[in-house]
Amino acid sequence: MEIFVKLTGTACPINQSNLNTDQILPARYLKWTRAMGFGKVLFHDLRFDAEGREKSDFPLNKPAWRKSTIVVSARNFGCGSSREAAVYALYDFGVRCVIAPSFGDIFAGNAAQNGLLTAVVTDREAAEIMESLAQMPDLPVTVDLDQQTILCGNRTCKFMIDPIRRMRLLNGWDDLALTENYRDRIRAFKVEDKIKRPWAAPREQL
Amino acid sequence: MNQPQTIIDKLWSAHEILRRDDGESLLWVDRHYVHEGSFHAFGKLAERRAEVAEPELTFGVADHYVPTRGSRRNIANPELARMVRQLEENCARHDIELFGLDDPRQGIVHVVGPEQGLTLPGLLIVCGDSHTSTHGALGAYAFGIGASEVAHVLMTQTIWQKKPKRLRVNVDGVLPPGISAKDIVLAIIASIGADGATGCAVEFSGAAIRTLSMEGRLTLCNMSIEAGARCGVVAPDAATFTYLKGRPHAPTGAAFDQAVEAWSKLTTDDGAAFDHEVALSAAKIAPIVTWGTSPQDALPIDASAPDPRGESNPERAQYLREALDYMGIAPGKKLTEIAIDRVFIGSCTNARIEDLRAAAAVLAGRASKVPGLVSPGSTVVKRQAEDEGLDRIFREAGLEWGESGCSMCVGINGDLVRPGERCASTTNRNFRGRQGPGARTHLMSPAMVAAAAVAGHLADVRELLGGRKV
Repeated sequence: MEIFVKLTGTACPINQSNLNTDQILPARYLKWTRAMGFGKVLFHDLRFDAEGREKSDFPLNKPAWRKSTIVVSARNFGCGSSREAAVYALYDFGVRCVIAPSFGDIFAGNAAQNGLLTAVVTDREAAEIMESLAQMPDLPVTVDLDQQTILCGNRTCKFMIDPIRRMRLLNGWDDLALTENYRDRIRAFKVEDKIKRPWAAPREQL
Repeated sequence: MNQPQTIIDKLWSAHEILRRDDGESLLWVDRHYVHEGSFHAFGKLAERRAEVAEPELTFGVADHYVPTRGSRRNIANPELARMVRQLEENCARHDIELFGLDDPRQGIVHVVGPEQGLTLPGLLIVCGDSHTSTHGALGAYAFGIGASEVAHVLMTQTIWQKKPKRLRVNVDGVLPPGISAKDIVLAIIASIGADGATGCAVEFSGAAIRTLSMEGRLTLCNMSIEAGARCGVVAPDAATFTYLKGRPHAPTGAAFDQAVEAWSKLTTDDGAAFDHEVALSAAKIAPIVTWGTSPQDALPIDASAPDPRGESNPERAQYLREALDYMGIAPGKKLTEIAIDRVFIGSCTNARIEDLRAAAAVLAGRASKVPGLVSPGSTVVKRQAEDEGLDRIFREAGLEWGESGCSMCVGINGDLVRPGERCASTTNRNFRGRQGPGARTHLMSPAMVAAAAVAGHLADVRELLGGRKV
């Protein structure tokens, strides 16, 4: 996994609350493999009409925001389905950070597994950043994970992220390698647990 | 004396292998359910040439891509056939028991787990599907995970988690006639919002929850994710134990009695502290329908759609305008005047036997004014419904009696609501395009969907009861 420390880039405001993972990546693309390029179907039904033409009013289709590396949105971004491909779609499009007042829990966990930063700000801060970007679409935004700050124009604000997810992104942790260190503890737990909770095993079918 | 604990604390500590200094815990996983969509995770396994750590704790179910209309012998669409075949191959390669397309136990994973006695109180259960929260209805700690985590669980039978906050939702009182678990949970989501439980594990408690059947509790916990919750749980009780006794994979004989003794301790101790509490009164809950594009956009059936012109907060007004526009509903329109194009009864939320009975009770001897599909939650539910003659009631009303799978809830098996069509649905998400591009979804209980079918528009099931029991 690529590490995330600091990023300066173009930020696209998508001012919708509850932007769920069905919007980020419609379910019909879930059978795709990653090699097929989820980036081109990111926000598909919001970005394209029924005939596959770009909808000019969707922010990501506007000239200034076509190559955004940051998305700014409203509450509960990424709620809904657990599909990790929603994160792949954002990442493969080129997005490395989403700024919003809150995130779906599973989405935020998936993001941290894939090098995508979910930066939590207040409703007001999110609205102000989106407003600034509406006024000046090419205003560069800098997100610093080490300092937990967002610099937008001449305004700086702090953002929140779960400290463990922060460390995971800063260090590019591989959970499997990490878990490997505890192999003995897992084995010991399993043995002890079998005695403590004999009923927990599924009964064998005859 | 030990400090009083919530059921959430008890479930958590029973699975905690270790806790790192930074607060993240490594948890033991008792059951791992996989489905066709788990192929990304199996791919990660293949990349590392890794094996499944505990195949006997892993179970495969074909549900997301299986056809639910017509013959299942040959899946006509090669892409869908490949998804089902891929799951079969992955399960065979890793020695995972599979409830495949032709298995008489096949069904939606969140229906099959409890039905087969694989889901038990006190277990920690994960699955690469957000509605895994369903299994909490039996007193399990169950949550949905992403593909990377699925791969991690496959390879280690463990998962890294940070302990969530604890939220208690207490529903006191007695549910009025015609009101179901779906109405309770929609009322909760409308009250706390679609992110009202984010970061929380939820215990549902109170007299109204205690009197819910297992089916009702499964519906309730199923939709806890729609309030953003990590998981939902109902403390196991006599109803839980009765439900489990004799299930194929549940313990039997002395082992069952021993299990019940352990399960009976899985309750919140008096005086245990929650981080947040919410209280609702069952008596005040009316039949609820959604009008918008989030499950929080829910109102009692006798209300009217919101009017953005009366909204002082400009952002909220904008939200209402966009939702109403997508749904094709005039501001302020009476909900009972909204005509529908079709109905769907199915999904992991509301396709268990009790759900089908409730819908059939309303439909018996009546005709549906619109076409619709009934997809039982599992093949076992389908057989039972047929034994009870429910299939005949649905067919005679003009609805299609289908096979079991995720079907029109998410539409990836090809069963779609057409663009612009309006569907009264027993499912869990009224997101834009969820049931198909441009589809308009209204969520409600099975009895309310049946009422809408009979009326041809959203309708109050209480006016159609006339002594019928739902």
